[in-house]
Amino acid sequence: MTQRRFHPETLAIHAGQVPDRETGARALPIYQTTSFVFDSAEHAAQLFNLQTFGNVYSRLSNPTVAALEERVAALEGGRAAVACASGMAAEAMALMTLLQAGDHVVAAGALYGGSVTMLSVNLAKFGIETTFVDATRPDAWAAAVKPNTRAFFAESLGNPSLVVLDIAAVADVAHAHGVPLIVDNTVPSPALCNPIALGADIVVHSATKYLGGHGTTLAGVVVESGRFPWDNGKFPGMTEPSPGYHGVKFFETFGDFGFSMRCRMETLRVYGAALSPMSAWQVLQGVETLPLRMERHSANALAVAKFLQADPRVAFVNYPGLPSHPQHALLQRQMKAGSGLLAFGIRGHGDGAMAGVRFIEAAQFMSHLVNIGDTRTLVSHPASTTHRQLSPEQQRAAGVTPEMVRLSVGLEHIDDILWDMDQALAAASA
Amino acid sequence: MSMSAPDDATLRRILRGCRTIAVVGLSADWNRPSYFAASYLQGKGYRIVPVNPKASEILGERCYARLEDIPFAVDMVDVFRKPADVPPIAASAVAIGARCLWQQLGVMNAEADATARAAGLDSVMDRCVKIEHARLFGGLHWAGVNTGVVSSKRRAA
Repeated sequence: MTQRRFHPETLAIHAGQVPDRETGARALPIYQTTSFVFDSAEHAAQLFNLQTFGNVYSRLSNPTVAALEERVAALEGGRAAVACASGMAAEAMALMTLLQAGDHVVAAGALYGGSVTMLSVNLAKFGIETTFVDATRPDAWAAAVKPNTRAFFAESLGNPSLVVLDIAAVADVAHAHGVPLIVDNTVPSPALCNPIALGADIVVHSATKYLGGHGTTLAGVVVESGRFPWDNGKFPGMTEPSPGYHGVKFFETFGDFGFSMRCRMETLRVYGAALSPMSAWQVLQGVETLPLRMERHSANALAVAKFLQADPRVAFVNYPGLPSHPQHALLQRQMKAGSGLLAFGIRGHGDGAMAGVRFIEAAQFMSHLVNIGDTRTLVSHPASTTHRQLSPEQQRAAGVTPEMVRLSVGLEHIDDILWDMDQALAAASA
Repeated sequence: MSMSAPDDATLRRILRGCRTIAVVGLSADWNRPSYFAASYLQGKGYRIVPVNPKASEILGERCYARLEDIPFAVDMVDVFRKPADVPPIAASAVAIGARCLWQQLGVMNAEADATARAAGLDSVMDRCVKIEHARLFGGLHWAGVNTGVVSSKRRAA
């Protein structure tokens, strides 16, 4: 009588898609259509009233996009998911659904640069204030809470700081104050870490990275746990009639997927950062092999980290998968492996930043660009690219130093990756 | 819960077998969850029988004040009432020969559950008929919900 609990490798291939009802097509069809016909005027009215489920217009929902949504929800152990055009769109959708002018956010200091800007500049413009804290100290999160705090925001594994968040400890602090913990789980991907199982309430992804995995396609996903008590008095937008959707009470009507429905029907519908069906399909091709790829990304990254650690030309290596890393024990508790991202600094003769730039320019097949989570090994210099809009103080808070090189270790043969590292280090140190 | 939650195969059997659903506590107000659920089920071909002493007609169907007043057979009794109100409704469901007592999301009365089971009825608690139907027969997949369905067969209509 018990239902089978399928493993991630199986869910990555099957969750969210069964053979097409009309044609029997086994692979996912691409429903490249903007709109869907109504059966009758009554059917149209029911769809608009959300009294029945179905597709109306691809800005709200699309069958190909839905397969990606359900698959990521399943891999994260969440209740429901909503996909959108990019990781930044996912973060914006989660925060803009949850927050309004006058609200306050407590966020990890070491975040992806774009996330810091969204919180400290763009949302501040709408009257939403953020306090950045040292993410490794649960007491710092508690100390930053104000009466108007409505969300905690952090990354499970920081990019590029590689700070590991103690998800259960920070979730406990958030819940003690009646607010949800939102975790950006892009760097580990659901194959290595499931924040919801550790207490997170909402998970956001840049599916552009490991979920898609091939450096071809932008996408984002918001997943909800289905466990947050939205009727605790702090979230009237979840419990009161929605002025943005003719009086629907999202929590009462949709229960444990009420937040996802509100993301979709209020935020995605109005701001319009919808995912194209073609992009959803391309990301899903990557998701099918996610667990396999993450094993190899992690094994290759660990080998590179060990190589760098033993190299006298290298000043420091930051990879929490290394047993010597101060957060290694926490990483082992929360993650199956260390993922593919690491950072290091070259022992410069004076200017460390210049040694980093020389390293990047000397690489033969490692690509100098600002993405992560590609099959290809990628190198970048955050201080001069992704984090250049931040002040030196903000850069330090985000874990970025001038000499730091970020590496997204790919799926090439490890001997070839180490060869390219070695010859580029030789050029940088000459 | 007094009994383990029904598995998907049991829920599929219940939702395929029951065609006439008496909805106790069905609101006439279009934006109440009971109206959402009943409207959805009507659209899927179920006959909805409103049980509400304060209204005469909801969703085009005549209202009855009590389950015992319904002059035809009812397959499922779907309850949108507070948990303390459910035991007499369970007794009525048994009395009129219903095959299933279904307590909605947030409604869990173990005594009512036991009454229904002892009389041989299927019993479901703390679930929404609409959500379970949509989860198992495809509609909820539309909303990005994790339906738990893994299958190499075409989705049943």
